[in-house]
Amino acid sequence: MTAIGDNDRRIEKYRRMQRIRQFETRAETIHAAGEIPGALHTYAGMEASGVGACMALRDDDYMVGTHRSHGHPIAKGAKLRSLMAELLGKVTGICKGKGGSMHLSDFSMGSLGETSIVGSGGPVTAGAALGAKLQGLDRVALCFFGDGASSEGAIHEGMNLAAVWKLPAIFVCENNRFGMSTPTAAGVAGAHVADRAHGYGIPGIIVDGQDVDAVEAAVREAVDRARAGKGPTLIETKTYRYADHAVNMGRDLTPRGPEHDEWLARDPIVLYRARLVEDGVSGADLDAIDVQVAEEVADALNFARESAYPAFEEAFDHVFVDRLPIPDDVRAHA
Amino acid sequence: MAKITYLEAIYQAQAEEMERDSKVFIMGEDIRCNVFGTTTGFVERFGEERVRDTPISENGFIGAAGGAAMVGMRPIVDATISSFLFPAMDQICSIIAKSRYIYGGQAQLPLVIRSCLFYGNSNAAQHSDRPYSMFMNMPGLKIIAPSNAHDMKGLLKAAIRDNDPVMSFEDSTCWMVKSEVPDDLDFVIPLGKGEVKREGTDVTVVAIAGAVNIALKAAEKLKAEGISVEVVDPRTLVPLDRDIILRSVRKTGRAICVDPAHKTCSAASEIAATIAEEAFEALRAPVVRVTTPDTHLPFSPHIEKPLYPSIERIMDAARRLVGAPAPQPQPA
Ligand SMILES: Cc1ncc(C[n+]2csc(CCOP(=O)(O)OP(=O)(O)O)c2C)c(N)n1
Ligand SMILES: [Mg+2]
Repeated sequence: MTAIGDNDRRIEKYRRMQRIRQFETRAETIHAAGEIPGALHTYAGMEASGVGACMALRDDDYMVGTHRSHGHPIAKGAKLRSLMAELLGKVTGICKGKGGSMHLSDFSMGSLGETSIVGSGGPVTAGAALGAKLQGLDRVALCFFGDGASSEGAIHEGMNLAAVWKLPAIFVCENNRFGMSTPTAAGVAGAHVADRAHGYGIPGIIVDGQDVDAVEAAVREAVDRARAGKGPTLIETKTYRYADHAVNMGRDLTPRGPEHDEWLARDPIVLYRARLVEDGVSGADLDAIDVQVAEEVADALNFARESAYPAFEEAFDHVFVDRLPIPDDVRAHA
Repeated sequence: MAKITYLEAIYQAQAEEMERDSKVFIMGEDIRCNVFGTTTGFVERFGEERVRDTPISENGFIGAAGGAAMVGMRPIVDATISSFLFPAMDQICSIIAKSRYIYGGQAQLPLVIRSCLFYGNSNAAQHSDRPYSMFMNMPGLKIIAPSNAHDMKGLLKAAIRDNDPVMSFEDSTCWMVKSEVPDDLDFVIPLGKGEVKREGTDVTVVAIAGAVNIALKAAEKLKAEGISVEVVDPRTLVPLDRDIILRSVRKTGRAICVDPAHKTCSAASEIAATIAEEAFEALRAPVVRVTTPDTHLPFSPHIEKPLYPSIERIMDAARRLVGAPAPQPQPA
């Protein structure tokens, strides 16, 4: 297939994939050095899945993601500063340091959360699609979930609701071959997650998750269908997770098969670059994008490093609208 | 006797009980690859039928443990992190906790649901829960929350042998801590029996799970200030050893309940209420709870860490109860 969209759009897809890759490469290094607390689940290898899907959405469309949360917001167009600051637990982070790596969620870009409880985004997506419909907004809601998550009841309850009420929802299963140490085939019955769509009477589409144009085309069709009131679609992007479940854990839990090298040889960014060059985009222009992105990442990291940590009192903000009272005995030693 | 870690204690309890009773089997997400070291060599030793990796579907496999238990098996479910119990609330609360009762004793569900309390390390609110007190409010579930390897092994073995559903809440702050554990294959600690971990005369500190270790450190420091602290570890939350708590409070006349859970309706709250109801006449001061406040746990370590019960907070509470002055701040 050839690249879809005009040159600006195609270059934007390339740029966003580069952004994700470079952002995470940097994050992985500083996580290893202890600068990022908690666990870091990287999206490397899956960039075409997120970017292709999000490029088919409008800015005001909704999106729900997962613990593997770095790729989705960048794919939807979020700026890097507040994402990097969140990874470092700074008050300027997109979630003010409350969420961290598993929750890079930029509501200004239509995100309704990157949730780390596997499968929990399914019902939220159905609800957002319902809310859009009830308010007469022609917005759609897109749910990213993993192959492993496809075994959770919540995903199926969300899909059934969306199907029975013909809601403007798109369920994108990013099948990266594993859920932690478990190969998809060991945890998920049937040949393809997409096949489960038939049970709900909705389209179930399989797409090459390493081809950003193919993903965009498939999601665009689903979005058009959804906006036209024809209900949800389940799309399975066949993709691959390069790193272990979480990075810098000291031990690789992923049972790699012989296909590992084949997947690495089909890197989504390398593939797309080759396609763009073949279609006449100059390599120098793409190099310039790589450099610009590197500068954005460096700027984001500087910003994050220079930002302050949240003040102790902020631990009591955002449980409710109003700050909770702070117990004296806790404050005394904060 | 051998000195082993809390995680090794879990491993040994599971291995010994699986060896002893062929009805015992274990399942959970990614348990074959032995992430935490509690299933070392299990696949080779017990085979894949008895050591099962599950799909990511907690309501499914935890409920299935209930079904298998009803027909005579004795499942151990490793639910890994306790926050992942929430998707399985339906099966735990509606089926597992209630089947014996609803069916007038016809159903028996000998199963163990293990999960760890995974707090204090920037895992953010969705992974950091300490939810045992939510389950204390649901009749029909026995609950253990051990604070060291010795108790972990003895209680987990008792839980596996018990004919009722038992939830085991394993505090990750204790994972690598070692203690002496008997080698006897029949070493079990009966469910519902607490232990006095340190004797004292001025204040009783009743502490839950990992908070026991903090309380013991606070007690040592308070000794230097002339305050004698008795540390009581209930070890089992359901059934709760009310006698050991009341006996201690009747002796000291003062009580602090330390619990890593959120304050409202915590295990500490239940213990404090029990003391107020049953040992009111012995109290020389109000009962105090030292808990995590009723806010969620944030990712940023600088604001997460101060939220949990600490040595300093326990010491402050003890000084307050005995009427001792707070120490003067040290010049920096
Ligand atoms: C309800 C729940 N169960 C278990 C986990 C632990 N866990 C985190 S990610 C993960 C694997 C998820 O696999 P998949 O859905 O394929 O997403 P991937 O990690 O491959 O992106 C598991 C088991 C969790 N976070 N939530
Ligand atoms: Mg996966």
